Amino acid sequence: MPRKAASKGLQLTGYRRPNGAVGVRNHVLILPVDDLSNAAAEGVARLIHGTTALPHPYGRLQFGADLELTFRTLSGHGANPNVHGVVVIGIEPKWTDRVASAIARTGKPVETFSIERHGDLNVINAASRVAYRMVQDASELKREPIQVSELVLSIKCGESDPTLGLAGNKAQGRAVDRLVDMGASVIFGETSELTGGEHLIANRCATPALKRKFMQIYNDYIRMIEAQGVDLLGSQPTEGNIRGGLSTIEEKALGNIQKTGTRPIQAVLDYAEPVRPGQGLVFMNSSSAGAEQVTLCAAGGSVLHFFTTGQGNIVGHPLIPVIKVSPNPITCSTMSEHIDVKLPDLLVGDITLDEAADRILEVFARTVNGRLTAAELLRHNEFVITKLYPSA
Amino acid sequence: MAHRALAHKSTDDVAVAVADLKAGEELVIHSLEGGKTHKVKLLEDIPLGHKIALRDMPEGHVVIEYGEKVGRMTQPVKKGGYVHVHNIRTLRWDYGSKGKGQKPRAKGGQ
Repeated sequence: MPRKAASKGLQLTGYRRPNGAVGVRNHVLILPVDDLSNAAAEGVARLIHGTTALPHPYGRLQFGADLELTFRTLSGHGANPNVHGVVVIGIEPKWTDRVASAIARTGKPVETFSIERHGDLNVINAASRVAYRMVQDASELKREPIQVSELVLSIKCGESDPTLGLAGNKAQGRAVDRLVDMGASVIFGETSELTGGEHLIANRCATPALKRKFMQIYNDYIRMIEAQGVDLLGSQPTEGNIRGGLSTIEEKALGNIQKTGTRPIQAVLDYAEPVRPGQGLVFMNSSSAGAEQVTLCAAGGSVLHFFTTGQGNIVGHPLIPVIKVSPNPITCSTMSEHIDVKLPDLLVGDITLDEAADRILEVFARTVNGRLTAAELLRHNEFVITKLYPSA
Repeated sequence: MAHRALAHKSTDDVAVAVADLKAGEELVIHSLEGGKTHKVKLLEDIPLGHKIALRDMPEGHVVIEYGEKVGRMTQPVKKGGYVHVHNIRTLRWDYGSKGKGQKPRAKGGQ
Protein backbone atom coordinates (compact mmCIF):
# COMPACT_ATOMS: atom_id res chain seq x y z
CA MET A 1 0.00 0.00 0.00
CA PRO A 2 1.79 3.17 -1.11
CA ARG A 3 -0.26 5.19 1.39
CA LYS A 4 0.98 3.25 4.42
CA ALA A 5 4.51 3.39 3.07
CA ALA A 6 4.21 7.15 2.74
CA SER A 7 3.16 7.47 6.38
CA LYS A 8 5.75 5.04 7.70
CA GLY A 9 8.46 6.57 5.59
CA LEU A 10 8.22 10.09 7.03
CA GLN A 11 11.86 11.17 7.38
CA LEU A 12 11.81 13.71 10.17
CA THR A 13 14.49 15.72 11.92
CA GLY A 14 14.29 17.93 14.97
CA TYR A 15 16.02 19.25 18.05
CA ARG A 16 16.25 17.05 21.14
CA ARG A 17 16.22 19.13 24.34
CA PRO A 18 18.00 18.25 27.62
CA ASN A 19 14.82 16.62 29.03
CA GLY A 20 14.37 14.52 25.88
CA ALA A 21 11.50 16.62 24.49
CA VAL A 22 11.65 17.09 20.71
CA GLY A 23 11.16 20.41 18.90
CA VAL A 24 11.00 21.30 15.22
CA ARG A 25 12.26 24.88 15.56
CA ASN A 26 15.15 26.34 17.54
CA HIS A 27 14.09 29.67 19.01
CA VAL A 28 15.72 31.81 21.67
CA LEU A 29 12.87 33.42 23.56
CA ILE A 30 12.83 36.81 25.28
CA LEU A 31 9.86 36.44 27.62
CA PRO A 32 8.29 39.42 29.39
CA VAL A 33 6.45 38.44 32.58
CA ASP A 34 4.22 41.53 32.46
CA ASP A 35 3.10 44.37 30.20
CA LEU A 36 5.68 46.72 31.73
CA SER A 37 8.53 44.50 30.56
CA ASN A 38 7.52 44.37 26.90
CA ALA A 39 9.73 47.34 26.03
CA ALA A 40 12.90 45.76 27.42
CA ALA A 41 12.08 42.36 25.88
CA GLU A 42 11.47 43.93 22.49
CA GLY A 43 14.63 46.01 22.93
CA VAL A 44 16.69 42.83 23.32
CA ALA A 45 14.93 41.18 20.38
CA ARG A 46 15.75 44.16 18.16
CA LEU A 47 19.43 44.08 19.14
CA ILE A 48 20.18 40.36 18.91
CA HIS A 49 19.60 38.42 15.69
CA GLY A 50 17.59 35.23 16.05
CA THR A 51 15.67 36.12 19.21
CA THR A 52 11.89 36.24 19.56
CA ALA A 53 10.07 38.46 22.07
CA LEU A 54 6.52 37.62 23.19
CA PRO A 55 4.97 40.97 24.17
CA HIS A 56 1.53 40.77 25.83
CA PRO A 57 -0.80 43.03 27.83
CA TYR A 58 -1.08 41.09 31.13
CA GLY A 59 0.83 39.91 34.19
CA ARG A 60 -0.09 42.66 36.65
CA LEU A 61 -2.62 42.38 39.52
CA GLN A 62 -4.00 39.11 38.29
CA PHE A 63 -5.09 36.60 40.92
CA GLY A 64 -6.35 33.06 41.43
CA ALA A 65 -7.00 30.80 38.45
CA ASP A 66 -6.51 33.69 36.02
CA LEU A 67 -3.01 34.38 37.35
CA GLU A 68 -2.16 30.68 37.31
CA LEU A 69 -3.25 30.45 33.67
CA THR A 70 -1.08 33.42 32.69
CA PHE A 71 1.92 31.88 34.50
CA ARG A 72 1.21 28.49 32.90
CA THR A 73 0.95 30.10 29.47
CA LEU A 74 4.22 32.03 29.87
CA SER A 75 6.24 29.20 31.39
CA GLY A 76 4.68 26.75 28.92
CA HIS A 77 6.04 28.84 26.05
CA GLY A 78 9.47 28.89 27.66
CA ALA A 79 9.31 25.12 28.18
CA ASN A 80 8.07 24.47 24.63
CA PRO A 81 10.49 22.09 22.86
CA ASN A 82 10.78 24.53 19.92
CA VAL A 83 12.72 26.81 22.31
CA HIS A 84 16.44 26.36 22.99
CA GLY A 85 16.81 28.94 25.74
CA VAL A 86 14.89 31.73 27.47
CA VAL A 87 15.63 35.18 28.85
CA VAL A 88 12.85 36.09 31.30
CA ILE A 89 12.33 39.78 32.07
CA GLY A 90 9.87 41.09 34.70
CA ILE A 91 9.31 44.32 36.57
CA GLU A 92 10.17 42.71 39.95
CA PRO A 93 12.15 39.55 40.77
CA LYS A 94 9.60 37.35 42.55
CA TRP A 95 7.11 36.61 39.75
CA THR A 96 10.01 36.67 37.29
CA ASP A 97 11.70 33.84 39.18
CA ARG A 98 8.43 31.96 39.44
CA VAL A 99 7.99 31.89 35.65
CA ALA A 100 11.68 31.10 35.10
CA SER A 101 11.86 28.25 37.61
CA ALA A 102 8.99 26.41 35.89
CA ILE A 103 10.94 26.66 32.62
CA ALA A 104 14.24 25.65 34.24
CA ARG A 105 12.76 22.26 35.18
CA THR A 106 13.18 21.29 31.51
CA GLY A 107 16.96 21.66 31.90
CA LYS A 108 17.23 24.27 29.15
CA PRO A 109 19.19 27.53 29.65
CA VAL A 110 17.08 30.17 31.45
CA GLU A 111 18.22 33.51 32.86
CA THR A 112 16.17 36.18 34.61
CA PHE A 113 16.30 39.95 34.78
CA SER A 114 14.13 42.35 36.75
CA ILE A 115 13.77 46.01 35.97
CA GLU A 116 13.19 47.61 39.40
CA ARG A 117 16.49 48.97 40.82
CA HIS A 118 18.15 48.54 37.39
CA GLY A 119 16.05 50.28 34.73
CA ASP A 120 15.32 49.25 31.16
CA LEU A 121 18.70 50.24 29.72
CA ASN A 122 20.81 48.23 32.15
CA VAL A 123 18.47 45.25 31.75
CA ILE A 124 18.61 45.46 27.96
CA ASN A 125 22.41 45.58 28.11
CA ALA A 126 22.78 42.57 30.43
CA ALA A 127 19.95 40.53 28.89
CA SER A 128 21.27 41.14 25.37
CA ARG A 129 24.68 39.75 26.33
CA VAL A 130 22.98 36.60 27.61
CA ALA A 131 20.74 36.33 24.53
CA TYR A 132 23.81 36.77 22.29
CA ARG A 133 25.43 33.72 23.86
CA MET A 134 22.22 31.65 23.77
CA VAL A 135 21.66 32.35 20.07
CA GLN A 136 25.24 31.46 19.25
CA ASP A 137 24.91 28.19 21.17
CA ALA A 138 21.57 27.45 19.51
CA SER A 139 23.08 28.07 16.08
CA GLU A 140 25.49 25.17 16.63
CA LEU A 141 22.81 22.64 17.54
CA LYS A 142 22.29 20.00 14.86
CA ARG A 143 18.99 18.56 13.76
CA GLU A 144 18.84 14.83 14.37
CA PRO A 145 16.48 12.09 13.18
CA ILE A 146 13.27 11.97 15.22
CA GLN A 147 10.08 9.89 15.27
CA VAL A 148 6.49 11.07 14.94
CA SER A 149 5.89 9.41 18.32
CA GLU A 150 8.14 12.02 19.96
CA LEU A 151 5.95 14.94 18.85
CA VAL A 152 3.07 16.85 20.41
CA LEU A 153 0.91 18.41 17.68
CA SER A 154 -2.34 20.39 17.66
CA ILE A 155 -5.30 21.21 15.40
CA LYS A 156 -7.98 23.84 14.93
CA CYS A 157 -10.17 25.19 12.16
CA GLY A 158 -11.15 28.80 11.61
CA GLU A 159 -13.23 31.02 9.37
CA SER A 160 -15.03 27.75 8.81
CA ASP A 161 -17.49 27.06 6.06
CA PRO A 162 -19.15 23.88 4.79
CA THR A 163 -16.17 23.10 2.52
CA LEU A 164 -14.33 22.09 5.72
CA GLY A 165 -16.98 19.66 6.91
CA LEU A 166 -17.21 18.16 3.43
CA ALA A 167 -13.54 17.99 2.55
CA GLY A 168 -10.85 19.91 4.45
CA ASN A 169 -11.64 18.70 7.96
CA LYS A 170 -12.35 15.18 6.73
CA ALA A 171 -8.87 15.04 5.15
CA GLN A 172 -7.32 16.59 8.25
CA GLY A 173 -9.14 14.01 10.38
CA ARG A 174 -7.66 11.22 8.31
CA ALA A 175 -4.18 12.75 8.73
CA VAL A 176 -4.80 13.01 12.50
CA ASP A 177 -5.80 9.33 12.67
CA ARG A 178 -2.57 8.35 10.95
CA LEU A 179 -0.44 10.59 13.20
CA VAL A 180 -2.12 9.22 16.32
CA ASP A 181 -1.60 5.67 15.02
CA MET A 182 2.11 6.50 14.57
CA GLY A 183 2.21 7.55 18.24
CA ALA A 184 1.89 11.35 18.11
CA SER A 185 -0.10 13.33 20.66
CA VAL A 186 -2.65 15.59 18.95
CA ILE A 187 -4.44 18.34 20.91
CA PHE A 188 -7.85 19.70 19.91
CA GLY A 189 -10.13 22.10 21.80
CA GLU A 190 -12.67 24.82 20.88
CA THR A 191 -15.11 24.10 23.72
CA SER A 192 -17.82 26.49 22.48
CA GLU A 193 -17.66 25.18 18.92
CA LEU A 194 -18.47 21.64 19.97
CA THR A 195 -22.03 22.80 20.78
CA GLY A 196 -24.42 20.56 18.88
CA GLY A 197 -21.84 17.79 18.60
CA GLU A 198 -20.65 17.58 22.23
CA HIS A 199 -22.37 14.19 22.61
CA LEU A 200 -20.20 12.82 19.77
CA ILE A 201 -17.01 13.95 21.56
CA ALA A 202 -18.27 12.67 24.92
CA ASN A 203 -18.92 9.26 23.39
CA ARG A 204 -15.36 9.07 22.04
CA CYS A 205 -13.75 9.59 25.47
CA ALA A 206 -11.72 6.47 26.29
CA THR A 207 -13.10 6.00 29.82
CA PRO A 208 -16.29 6.96 31.71
CA ALA A 209 -14.19 9.21 33.98
CA LEU A 210 -12.84 11.13 30.97
CA LYS A 211 -16.36 11.44 29.58
CA ARG A 212 -17.59 12.92 32.88
CA LYS A 213 -14.65 15.31 32.98
CA PHE A 214 -15.30 16.44 29.41
CA MET A 215 -19.02 17.00 30.04
CA GLN A 216 -18.21 18.91 33.23
CA ILE A 217 -15.91 21.28 31.31
CA TYR A 218 -18.47 21.65 28.54
CA ASN A 219 -21.44 22.23 30.88
CA ASP A 220 -19.46 24.65 33.07
CA TYR A 221 -18.70 26.64 29.96
CA ILE A 222 -22.35 26.79 28.88
CA ARG A 223 -23.40 27.77 32.43
CA MET A 224 -20.81 30.55 32.41
CA ILE A 225 -22.31 31.86 29.15
CA GLU A 226 -25.88 31.65 30.44
CA ALA A 227 -24.94 33.27 33.78
CA GLN A 228 -24.22 36.39 31.74
CA GLY A 229 -27.85 36.30 30.61
CA VAL A 230 -26.78 35.70 27.01
CA ASP A 231 -26.21 32.88 24.55
CA LEU A 232 -23.68 32.28 21.81
CA LEU A 233 -26.02 32.99 18.93
CA GLY A 234 -24.66 36.45 18.16
CA SER A 235 -21.14 35.10 17.75
CA GLN A 236 -21.67 31.49 16.63
CA PRO A 237 -21.72 31.05 13.73
CA THR A 238 -19.65 34.16 12.96
CA GLU A 239 -20.47 36.55 10.14
CA GLY A 240 -17.64 34.94 8.15
CA ASN A 241 -19.11 31.48 8.75
CA ILE A 242 -22.56 32.66 7.60
CA ARG A 243 -21.13 34.24 4.47
CA GLY A 244 -19.48 30.89 3.73
CA GLY A 245 -22.78 29.02 4.10
CA LEU A 246 -22.90 27.82 7.73
CA SER A 247 -26.36 28.45 9.19
CA THR A 248 -26.35 27.12 12.77
CA ILE A 249 -23.96 26.39 15.62
CA GLU A 250 -24.79 22.68 15.34
CA GLU A 251 -23.81 22.58 11.68
CA LYS A 252 -20.57 24.38 12.50
CA ALA A 253 -19.76 21.92 15.31
CA LEU A 254 -20.43 18.84 13.17
CA GLY A 255 -18.05 20.16 10.52
CA ASN A 256 -15.48 21.14 13.14
CA ILE A 257 -15.46 17.67 14.71
CA GLN A 258 -14.53 15.99 11.41
CA LYS A 259 -10.93 17.17 11.79
CA THR A 260 -10.46 15.24 15.05
CA GLY A 261 -10.56 11.97 13.11
CA THR A 262 -12.00 8.85 14.66
CA ARG A 263 -9.62 7.76 17.41
CA PRO A 264 -10.59 7.64 21.12
CA ILE A 265 -9.91 10.69 23.30
CA GLN A 266 -7.24 9.66 25.78
CA ALA A 267 -7.00 12.78 27.96
CA VAL A 268 -9.20 15.74 28.91
CA LEU A 269 -7.24 18.79 30.05
CA ASP A 270 -7.90 22.32 31.17
CA TYR A 271 -6.40 25.44 29.54
CA ALA A 272 -2.66 25.15 28.75
CA GLU A 273 -2.05 22.03 30.83
CA PRO A 274 1.06 20.16 29.68
CA VAL A 275 0.73 17.36 27.11
CA ARG A 276 3.33 14.61 26.73
CA PRO A 277 4.22 12.66 23.58
CA GLY A 278 2.44 9.34 23.28
CA GLN A 279 -0.84 10.49 24.81
CA GLY A 280 -2.79 10.12 21.56
CA LEU A 281 -5.78 12.36 20.91
CA VAL A 282 -6.22 14.95 23.68
CA PHE A 283 -9.02 17.43 24.37
CA MET A 284 -7.90 20.74 25.89
CA ASN A 285 -10.50 23.21 27.14
CA SER A 286 -10.02 26.35 25.04
CA SER A 287 -11.58 29.33 23.39
CA SER A 288 -12.52 28.87 19.74
CA ALA A 289 -10.72 32.10 18.79
CA GLY A 290 -7.77 31.10 16.59
CA ALA A 291 -4.87 32.90 18.27
CA GLU A 292 -6.05 32.05 21.80
CA GLN A 293 -6.40 28.37 21.00
CA VAL A 294 -3.04 28.10 19.18
CA THR A 295 -1.39 29.94 22.10
CA LEU A 296 -2.93 27.50 24.62
CA CYS A 297 -1.74 24.51 22.55
CA ALA A 298 1.80 25.93 22.31
CA ALA A 299 1.77 26.46 26.09
CA GLY A 300 0.74 22.82 26.47
CA GLY A 301 3.79 21.74 24.46
CA SER A 302 2.55 21.53 20.86
CA VAL A 303 5.43 22.00 18.42
CA LEU A 304 3.35 22.20 15.22
CA HIS A 305 -0.24 23.16 14.51
CA PHE A 306 -2.57 22.21 11.65
CA PHE A 307 -5.16 24.89 10.88
CA THR A 308 -7.91 24.14 8.38
CA THR A 309 -9.75 27.15 7.00
CA GLY A 310 -12.70 27.72 4.70
CA GLN A 311 -13.02 31.48 4.25
CA GLY A 312 -9.36 32.19 5.08
CA ASN A 313 -8.17 32.55 8.69
CA ILE A 314 -4.54 33.74 8.53
CA VAL A 315 -3.39 33.08 12.13
CA GLY A 316 0.16 32.09 13.02
CA HIS A 317 2.26 31.81 16.18
CA PRO A 318 5.72 33.12 17.15
CA LEU A 319 7.15 29.71 18.15
CA ILE A 320 5.26 26.92 16.41
CA PRO A 321 4.68 26.54 12.66
CA VAL A 322 0.98 26.72 11.75
CA ILE A 323 0.17 24.77 8.57
CA LYS A 324 -2.88 26.18 6.76
CA VAL A 325 -5.07 23.72 4.89
CA SER A 326 -7.98 24.85 2.71
CA PRO A 327 -10.34 23.11 0.29
CA ASN A 328 -12.11 26.34 -0.68
CA PRO A 329 -11.15 27.28 -4.28
CA ILE A 330 -11.96 30.98 -3.75
CA THR A 331 -9.73 31.16 -0.66
CA CYS A 332 -6.93 29.20 -2.35
CA SER A 333 -6.91 31.59 -5.30
CA THR A 334 -7.59 34.97 -3.64
CA MET A 335 -5.44 34.28 -0.52
CA SER A 336 -2.92 31.89 -2.04
CA GLU A 337 0.03 33.21 -0.02
CA HIS A 338 -1.66 32.15 3.24
CA ILE A 339 -2.43 28.52 2.36
CA ASP A 340 0.18 25.75 2.69
CA VAL A 341 -1.98 22.81 1.56
CA LYS A 342 -4.55 23.55 -1.16
CA LEU A 343 -7.32 20.97 -1.57
CA PRO A 344 -10.00 22.35 -3.94
CA ASP A 345 -9.58 19.19 -6.04
CA LEU A 346 -10.73 17.15 -3.04
CA LEU A 347 -13.89 19.25 -2.80
CA VAL A 348 -15.02 18.28 -6.30
CA GLY A 349 -13.89 14.67 -5.96
CA ASP A 350 -10.81 14.72 -8.23
CA ILE A 351 -8.64 13.26 -5.46
CA THR A 352 -9.56 10.91 -2.60
CA LEU A 353 -9.47 11.66 1.14
CA ASP A 354 -6.41 9.42 1.44
CA GLU A 355 -4.61 11.32 -1.30
CA ALA A 356 -5.50 14.58 0.46
CA ALA A 357 -4.21 13.21 3.78
CA ASP A 358 -0.98 12.17 2.00
CA ARG A 359 -0.60 15.75 0.79
CA ILE A 360 -1.12 17.14 4.31
CA LEU A 361 1.44 14.72 5.76
CA GLU A 362 3.96 15.51 3.04
CA VAL A 363 3.79 19.21 3.89
CA PHE A 364 3.87 18.26 7.59
CA ALA A 365 7.16 16.37 7.08
CA ARG A 366 8.74 19.19 5.09
CA THR A 367 7.61 21.74 7.69
CA VAL A 368 8.98 19.66 10.57
CA ASN A 369 12.28 19.50 8.67
CA GLY A 370 12.51 23.28 8.46
CA ARG A 371 10.40 24.45 5.53
CA LEU A 372 8.81 27.76 6.55
CA THR A 373 5.01 27.98 6.58
CA ALA A 374 2.97 30.75 5.00
CA ALA A 375 2.28 32.17 8.46
CA GLU A 376 5.98 32.14 9.38
CA LEU A 377 6.93 33.87 6.11
CA LEU A 378 4.23 36.51 6.57
CA ARG A 379 5.26 37.17 10.22
CA HIS A 380 1.95 36.02 11.68
CA ASN A 381 3.20 35.95 15.26
CA GLU A 382 -0.08 35.99 17.15
CA PHE A 383 0.41 35.34 20.87
CA VAL A 384 -2.81 35.83 22.83
CA ILE A 385 -3.14 34.90 26.49
CA THR A 386 -6.57 33.65 27.56
CA LYS A 387 -7.95 35.88 30.33
CA LEU A 388 -10.50 34.28 32.67
CA TYR A 389 -11.73 37.44 34.48
CA PRO A 390 -10.69 41.05 35.20
CA SER A 391 -7.55 41.80 37.19
CA ALA A 392 -7.73 43.26 40.70
CA MET B 1 -15.53 13.14 -10.73
CA ALA B 2 -16.49 16.82 -10.89
CA HIS B 3 -19.18 17.08 -8.24
CA ARG B 4 -21.44 20.16 -8.21
CA ALA B 5 -22.95 19.41 -4.79
CA LEU B 6 -22.49 16.74 -2.13
CA ALA B 7 -24.47 15.34 0.79
CA HIS B 8 -22.76 13.92 3.88
CA LYS B 9 -25.24 11.06 4.19
CA SER B 10 -27.81 9.90 1.66
CA THR B 11 -30.52 10.30 4.33
CA ASP B 12 -29.66 13.98 5.00
CA ASP B 13 -32.25 16.70 4.28
CA VAL B 14 -29.68 19.02 2.71
CA ALA B 15 -26.65 18.92 0.42
CA VAL B 16 -23.83 21.45 0.04
CA ALA B 17 -22.90 23.21 -3.22
CA VAL B 18 -19.22 22.71 -4.09
CA ALA B 19 -19.40 25.30 -6.89
CA ASP B 20 -21.52 28.41 -7.47
CA LEU B 21 -24.80 26.99 -8.78
CA LYS B 22 -27.56 28.64 -10.84
CA ALA B 23 -31.34 28.32 -10.63
CA GLY B 24 -32.61 25.76 -13.16
CA GLU B 25 -29.54 23.50 -12.99
CA GLU B 26 -30.42 19.83 -12.77
CA LEU B 27 -28.07 17.95 -10.48
CA VAL B 28 -27.40 14.38 -9.49
CA ILE B 29 -26.16 14.66 -5.93
CA HIS B 30 -24.03 11.90 -4.46
CA SER B 31 -23.43 11.29 -0.79
CA LEU B 32 -19.93 11.06 0.69
CA GLU B 33 -20.85 7.76 2.30
CA GLY B 34 -22.50 6.16 -0.72
CA GLY B 35 -26.16 5.17 -0.72
CA LYS B 36 -28.82 6.56 -3.01
CA THR B 37 -28.28 9.67 -5.09
CA HIS B 38 -30.69 12.62 -5.27
CA LYS B 39 -31.91 14.20 -8.51
CA VAL B 40 -32.61 17.86 -7.83
CA LYS B 41 -33.58 20.84 -10.02
CA LEU B 42 -32.42 24.06 -8.39
CA LEU B 43 -35.12 26.66 -7.69
CA GLU B 44 -32.65 29.39 -6.71
CA ASP B 45 -29.01 30.37 -7.21
CA ILE B 46 -26.92 28.69 -4.49
CA PRO B 47 -23.34 29.84 -3.83
CA LEU B 48 -20.37 27.54 -3.14
CA GLY B 49 -20.59 26.17 0.41
CA HIS B 50 -24.30 26.89 0.84
CA LYS B 51 -27.12 24.37 1.27
CA ILE B 52 -29.72 22.86 -1.07
CA ALA B 53 -32.97 21.27 0.19
CA LEU B 54 -33.11 17.62 -0.92
CA ARG B 55 -36.84 17.36 -0.14
CA ASP B 56 -39.83 19.57 0.65
CA MET B 57 -39.64 20.63 4.32
CA PRO B 58 -42.45 22.35 6.26
CA GLU B 59 -41.99 25.05 8.89
CA GLY B 60 -40.85 23.41 12.15
CA HIS B 61 -39.12 20.50 10.39
CA VAL B 62 -35.96 19.45 12.24
CA VAL B 63 -33.23 19.41 9.59
CA ILE B 64 -30.77 16.51 9.40
CA GLU B 65 -27.22 16.95 8.08
CA TYR B 66 -24.24 14.64 8.85
CA GLY B 67 -27.05 12.32 10.07
CA GLU B 68 -27.52 14.73 13.02
CA LYS B 69 -29.97 17.50 13.95
CA VAL B 70 -28.60 20.87 12.80
CA GLY B 71 -31.63 23.16 13.19
CA ARG B 72 -35.33 23.81 12.63
CA MET B 73 -37.02 25.31 9.54
CA THR B 74 -38.59 28.69 10.34
CA GLN B 75 -40.28 28.77 6.90
CA PRO B 76 -41.19 25.99 4.50
CA VAL B 77 -38.78 25.20 1.67
CA LYS B 78 -39.28 23.22 -1.55
CA LYS B 79 -36.91 20.57 -2.83
CA GLY B 80 -34.18 22.40 -4.76
CA GLY B 81 -34.59 25.55 -2.64
CA TYR B 82 -31.95 27.43 -0.68
CA VAL B 83 -31.51 26.64 3.05
CA HIS B 84 -29.69 29.26 5.12
CA VAL B 85 -30.15 31.70 8.03
CA HIS B 86 -33.33 33.13 6.45
CA ASN B 87 -35.20 29.84 6.92
CA ILE B 88 -33.29 27.65 9.40
CA ARG B 89 -32.52 28.29 13.06
CA THR B 90 -30.47 26.52 15.73
CA LEU B 91 -32.15 24.17 18.21
CA ARG B 92 -29.87 25.52 20.95
CA TRP B 93 -31.13 28.51 22.86
CA ASP B 94 -34.33 27.94 20.89
CA TYR B 95 -36.98 29.96 22.68
CA GLY B 96 -39.65 28.88 20.18
CA SER B 97 -41.34 30.87 17.44
CA LYS B 98 -43.89 32.41 19.86
CA GLY B 99 -41.10 34.03 21.88
CA LYS B 100 -42.09 32.18 25.05
CA GLY B 101 -39.27 31.81 27.54
CA GLN B 102 -38.12 28.25 27.21
CA LYS B 103 -35.13 27.24 29.28
CA PRO B 104 -31.96 27.23 27.21
CA ARG B 105 -30.92 23.72 26.35
CA ALA B 106 -27.36 22.86 27.31
CA LYS B 107 -27.48 19.17 27.94
CA GLY B 108 -25.26 16.64 26.30
CA GLY B 109 -23.34 13.47 26.82
CA GLN B 110 -26.16 11.25 25.72
